[in-house]
Amino acid sequence: MNPPTGPSPASHAPVNARLTSTERLDLYRQMVRIRRFEERSLRAYQQGKIGGFLHLYIGQEAVAVGCCSVMEKTDHVITAYRDHGHALAVGMSPNELMAEMYGKASGCSKGKGGSMHFFDPSRNFWGGHGIVGGQVPLGAGIAFALKYRGIAGACLTFMGDGAVNQGAVHETFNLAALWDLPVVFIIENNGYSMGTSQRRSSAGPGLAQRAEAYGMEWDLCNGHELYEVREKTDRMLQLARQKSRPTVLEIITYRYRGHSVADPDSTYRTKDEIENYRRTKDPLTLIHDTLVAEGVLTAELAKEIDTAARAEADRAAEFAEASPFPAVEDILKDIYWEEDNPAHKKSRGRIVFD
Amino acid sequence: MPLITYREAINQALAEELERDPNVVLMGEEVGQFQGAYKVSEGLLARFGPKRVIDTPISEAGFVGLGVGAAMLGIRPVIELMFWSFYSVAFDQILNNAANVRYMSGGQVNVPIVIRGPANGGTNVGATHSHTPENVLANHPGVKVVCPATAYDAKGLLKSAIRDNDPVMFLENTILYNDKSEVPAGEYLIPLGLADVKRAGTDLTIVAHGRPVINALKAAQLLEAEHDVSVEVVDLRSIRPLDEDTVLGSVRKSHRVLVVEENKPFCGVGAQLAYLIQDRAFDDLDAPVKRLTALDAPAIYSMALEKEQLPNLQRIMEAVLKML
Repeated sequence: MNPPTGPSPASHAPVNARLTSTERLDLYRQMVRIRRFEERSLRAYQQGKIGGFLHLYIGQEAVAVGCCSVMEKTDHVITAYRDHGHALAVGMSPNELMAEMYGKASGCSKGKGGSMHFFDPSRNFWGGHGIVGGQVPLGAGIAFALKYRGIAGACLTFMGDGAVNQGAVHETFNLAALWDLPVVFIIENNGYSMGTSQRRSSAGPGLAQRAEAYGMEWDLCNGHELYEVREKTDRMLQLARQKSRPTVLEIITYRYRGHSVADPDSTYRTKDEIENYRRTKDPLTLIHDTLVAEGVLTAELAKEIDTAARAEADRAAEFAEASPFPAVEDILKDIYWEEDNPAHKKSRGRIVFD
Repeated sequence: MPLITYREAINQALAEELERDPNVVLMGEEVGQFQGAYKVSEGLLARFGPKRVIDTPISEAGFVGLGVGAAMLGIRPVIELMFWSFYSVAFDQILNNAANVRYMSGGQVNVPIVIRGPANGGTNVGATHSHTPENVLANHPGVKVVCPATAYDAKGLLKSAIRDNDPVMFLENTILYNDKSEVPAGEYLIPLGLADVKRAGTDLTIVAHGRPVINALKAAQLLEAEHDVSVEVVDLRSIRPLDEDTVLGSVRKSHRVLVVEENKPFCGVGAQLAYLIQDRAFDDLDAPVKRLTALDAPAIYSMALEKEQLPNLQRIMEAVLKML
């Protein structure tokens, strides 16, 4: 991947050329909102408000925003545990996400899932999954359901570069290709599976290229270039929707923070490497400069967007803080559909034990 | 009533549910063209076509997980495992995904999937193919676990399982596939979580599930004829949900309980039942609750010895006589 030298050629692709100024600004706004949300989440974690793991999306914003912005109403998304960016990109509210991380009843999963397990089926967002690669068969299953029911949609199935060495991923590649499922496998390659670089973890010439073994089409994409992410994802989605062809798209990206905030980030890469990426490929800076060059964005407007995003993230934290925790009796709810819908209950006997 | 095999009963349940609901699909290794590794799905491909009856590669994590994803979006997959023993390679999909998605989504997503296949020893296939994981499965809140012992129960329970909106693990038995029982010609359902007193008795209760129920019934017959002992046999049919009332009702009547299971002893279903009975019916007991399980070793291959490892007729009779 070469460093950017000018406006992305992808800006001329129809999927980008047809964007209105308002739509362009909205894409930028979404990326800024994700970054500010993540920064606010980190502060909340450092204050002890968020428990467990916190996998930040900072640096990867153009991927979730680019991919989700070319979805249609019948398209679906599933991803792994670094899921905040995707959740915001499909339109979930920062309040319910922050509250989820605070473990509050007002969280999107009522405080039962946490940072790694955001869900919103009303927005075709199927999680938020904690086990590396474990969500990939589910993504193919969603695609299977779409095809079975005759719906012309596709499932964007995200995974990290660490997932490509999991057996379930290869089993799913095989099934998807064998059955022509409308799924786009997106490998968000941020360079490191936790602290292990691609060179130390993955054999062969490249990650997406493994698709060839299954007869699937694949492509590589610069994850810092919003327009390029949109163009390439759109092409893969078209193949899925129109020809029911699965594909693999490897998007090269980078995370500025550790694997999770528990990662001191001092053992496997240099500060220079991070700084160099920030200086030359920061996706926010790049789209900012592109939009300024296009005459869509001004310094004043950028400041306004940034201020609003910071305020939104602060409000989310305030909302989360003010929300109540779930009650102890809530622990035993949402386990079984049947128990939560007693009017439709057919089973007998005890299902929850003491 | 027609007398049909356990295999035919499951086949009928599948056919009726495929017929009733267009979102039901059957998926697994050799379920279609091969007519089923145990012929359970015989004729279904011809009748329902390859869209509904789907042959998969040998890829359990892949197709079980695919079934979970499809179930999230309204399909009602019935996934056949050629042996339940192969659940180990799909463990994450079953017990992290199917079991937990509803909870982790705060109740927004449910997974109406059935995973079914045989789970039994006694066929000399060695330890890798002889697992009986009902206790492991039932240890996970979010799933339901069913272990039918007769053709009648298998049909009625499988139909209920397919209509259930929660993930149901349905454990069959290759040795029972040829067993016949009377099954009504018309449609019927058996609710999950309802045990069945398969034989009434007064001196001792045997609680069992799956094939040990059949052995317990034979033992009860012999004990009556040869020793004048009256044994009640309670068939759990369903492990989770569990029909505690029927178990406790029988204990209060007979005052002695033997729990028989094909599983290994440590943390088996019998351990849960023994806890339940001492907790809720302590004063009704005339003797400690006893358990009879497989001998605590990996399933042995040797034909002569595997019979001895499992809770066979002889071992059940001895265990009962020792308690009286």
